[in-house]
Amino acid sequence: MKLIALGSDKIASSVLLVLGLVSFVIPLSNLVLPADSGLHFSAYTVSLIGKYLTFALLGLSLDLVWGYCGILALGQGAFFALGGYAMGMYLMRQIGTRGVYGDPLLPDFMVFLNWKELPWYWLGFDQFWFALLMVVLVPGILAFVFGWLAFRSRVTGVYLSIITQALTYALLLAFFRNEMGFGGNNGLTDFKELLGFNIQSEDLRAVLLGVTGMTLMATFILSRWVVNTKLGRVVTAIRDQESRVRFLGYRVEMYKLWIFVFSAMIAGLAGALYVPQVGIINPSEFSPLNSLEIVIWVAMGGRGTLYGAIIGAVLVNFTKTILTGLLPEIWLFSLGAIFVFVTVFLPDGIVGLMRRKLQERAA
Amino acid sequence: MKANLIKGSCQVIAVFMLLFSLAIHGDQDVSAQSSLQTAITNLKQGSMAEREQAINQLAENGSASLAILQALLDGQLFTLKTDMTLVIGVDNNQGYDVRDALTGTALGAMDRGAVNKINLTNKLRVSLRRTIGQLQLTVEDPAIRLAAVKAMGNEDDESVLALLKARLDLEKDATVKQAIQVVFLLKDMNSSDKSLRVNAIEALKNQNSLDVVNRLNAMVEKDEAGNFIETDADIRNAAKAALININTRLQLYSSAETVFFGLSLGAVLVLAAIGLAITFGVMGVINMAHGELMMLGAYTTYVMQQLLPNHLGVSVLLSIPVAFVISALVGIAIERGIIRFLYGRPLETLLATFGVSLILQQSVRSIFSPLNRSVATPEWMSGSWQVNDFLSLTWNRFYILVFCLMVFLLLLQILKRTRLGLEVRAVAQNRNMAKAMGIPTSWVDAMTFGLGSGIAGVAGVALSQITNVGPNLGQAYIVDSFMVVVFGGVGNLWGTLVAGFILGIANKFLEPFAGAVLAKILVLIFIILFIQKRPRGLFPQKGRAADS
Repeated sequence: MKLIALGSDKIASSVLLVLGLVSFVIPLSNLVLPADSGLHFSAYTVSLIGKYLTFALLGLSLDLVWGYCGILALGQGAFFALGGYAMGMYLMRQIGTRGVYGDPLLPDFMVFLNWKELPWYWLGFDQFWFALLMVVLVPGILAFVFGWLAFRSRVTGVYLSIITQALTYALLLAFFRNEMGFGGNNGLTDFKELLGFNIQSEDLRAVLLGVTGMTLMATFILSRWVVNTKLGRVVTAIRDQESRVRFLGYRVEMYKLWIFVFSAMIAGLAGALYVPQVGIINPSEFSPLNSLEIVIWVAMGGRGTLYGAIIGAVLVNFTKTILTGLLPEIWLFSLGAIFVFVTVFLPDGIVGLMRRKLQERAA
Repeated sequence: MKANLIKGSCQVIAVFMLLFSLAIHGDQDVSAQSSLQTAITNLKQGSMAEREQAINQLAENGSASLAILQALLDGQLFTLKTDMTLVIGVDNNQGYDVRDALTGTALGAMDRGAVNKINLTNKLRVSLRRTIGQLQLTVEDPAIRLAAVKAMGNEDDESVLALLKARLDLEKDATVKQAIQVVFLLKDMNSSDKSLRVNAIEALKNQNSLDVVNRLNAMVEKDEAGNFIETDADIRNAAKAALININTRLQLYSSAETVFFGLSLGAVLVLAAIGLAITFGVMGVINMAHGELMMLGAYTTYVMQQLLPNHLGVSVLLSIPVAFVISALVGIAIERGIIRFLYGRPLETLLATFGVSLILQQSVRSIFSPLNRSVATPEWMSGSWQVNDFLSLTWNRFYILVFCLMVFLLLLQILKRTRLGLEVRAVAQNRNMAKAMGIPTSWVDAMTFGLGSGIAGVAGVALSQITNVGPNLGQAYIVDSFMVVVFGGVGNLWGTLVAGFILGIANKFLEPFAGAVLAKILVLIFIILFIQKRPRGLFPQKGRAADS
């Protein structure tokens, strides 16, 4: 047992080390060094790595509910997208008169739809602090309401998976509607600036990468602490023997709800970091396929370890970038193959494999 | 002996009579043929007066010349510049698709310059339209007669009315007869005799005709100055009362139509979900590739139609067994190759089968292109059944409803009466005990999965008749079909049937108020809430099986 803990700590610390390097060195080298220096990363690489890190954060959030609580949530992408939309709304309000129609208050698509005033739910999003609050609150509240209903009536296992999928599917359909006031099919895009900085500039991209990396590290440490508290132990116990925990007198649904909401908030945060880096948020982020992809990152990396989710997210997305660049047709084949391969042959993911290797060496 | 003799002579007489009648008919045919020939020559080359005569001659020839006259009216009748053959040409943007007007043999596409159009004067056109109407009244098909009556009803001409009056006595078909009566009643409403008008309104209030509704609506409206168009208050009130009467029926029919649409949507959902109900309900296996197995069925239909391009109906019917076999084989391969290793780990099964679904989707995309493929609908499935002006039911949806019920009953019988069904139920109830009794459980698993998958393929054939066949076909239905199974209660086929129809009808009733997308969202939210209340669906399993 001790050896496993040591081994896992080794991996954890090296993951943290790499994260630290990435989130400090790359932005620094980009900001300080001249563009022709060998250590200067291209804008493309920077935004790509930044994107991977938001995905890693998203994977981490899923690992909290799936890996530690045994809830296979197929709607994690919905919380991610909601956080993204909250950030997108702030960025839309920042455009001001620079839009195509030049309306100081209304975003372009509302002018296009002939809307006369800003809907009430868009109020306040011109303030960054308010938007940031909504980034975690909106996914959190949705997770609370949904989870409260679901856990209280003891919906578990595949049923829960399917209704979380239905949830994200319903949101997908809803956000496609123009009447919702979120830009319909096109979503929110054409952002100009973030906190007064030009959103297209390379410097801001580098800073965003740094911020994302640090958020990921902080969340990783926080989550690791959380799962090792008594609360986290109970959650893990629920994963392994739900009814036994209930018979011991714990209110299982409350613990589940807590971890579900916490995870949704992290997912929202990941979405908010993702949107300024890719410059667009649209309803396709709600598609059930996206949420399933998150699951495979975690499964590939190894669930119930936190760093496994980070490794898996980066690895799968790196493969995706390479394969879609080389031969777009192959990507879905390989994604499908990864799903099958990981579940059948690699139930503990890459991390499980690494741990076994470390164990063998130690023995 | 004597009887035989009489019989023999009778036969001889009969033969003579037959020959005789043939001869007479032959004579008639010859004379008709020659008059037809002169008519056609006149039509091609004669003056306008001769042309009119030719039209009348053709009309006397009966409904056989209807196609020629209709083409003449539509400006589609031509003569070939080469040999003056009379042809019908349909514009295809570059030229004409030409066929022989008399024999109907296709002559291929031709340039605009290769033909001369046969022209008409306005006067001729009016009389031609009437002639066609008159001819259509005698056509065998009641639908054409009905259309002719409706077209003629809009004309204000004594001779037309006389034609209709004459037809009224001959007409055998009840709908056509009624339509003619409606025409006369509508005419009565224009008369100056008040009692005649009131009676007409009274009689019309039981008619399901849009013409009647329009006419009555016009009677109760006000003109721009705010005065009633209809000055007589009694007539107005009678019209109002009649309208109320008709509108109640209209609402009834539109609800009936909504229920029908709901049932047909429900049938699609049931077809999509019922295979899932077997794999998910009986085996506890989540098959995320179920939608893709349906997609395979739909593509099978497409391929079958490519193989048998001239036999649409046969190819669709043949697709049913072929799609069953293909999807069942793929399903069995999935079960033997992957799922078998994951029993007892439902979440992993979900992920692995999802991987399979991605691979199947991408394979189809690579083989058939990512674009949607169009699958033709056989003639007997297209079109609609026009019950009356207020209610028409499309045939393809009707057939799918019937097909769904057939598949359901067949499946029920398989599970109830066959040895496989017995074994499937035994394994579902208690796997270990079944094994102990000597049931080959892993073989039963494979067969159950094959059965569920095969049904998915059959559902795909049905889907190909109502939606686009594309690589995303399966994805569009997977969430819905899971909802149906969960809503109905896992492990219960009747639950799936009831749930599918309830959801279908609910969807269609919500649509007019909320729009299609919002209706779907509302239904999803309803199911999410419903599962909170009854986590095991409408018809939960009871007893020991419920615990697992």
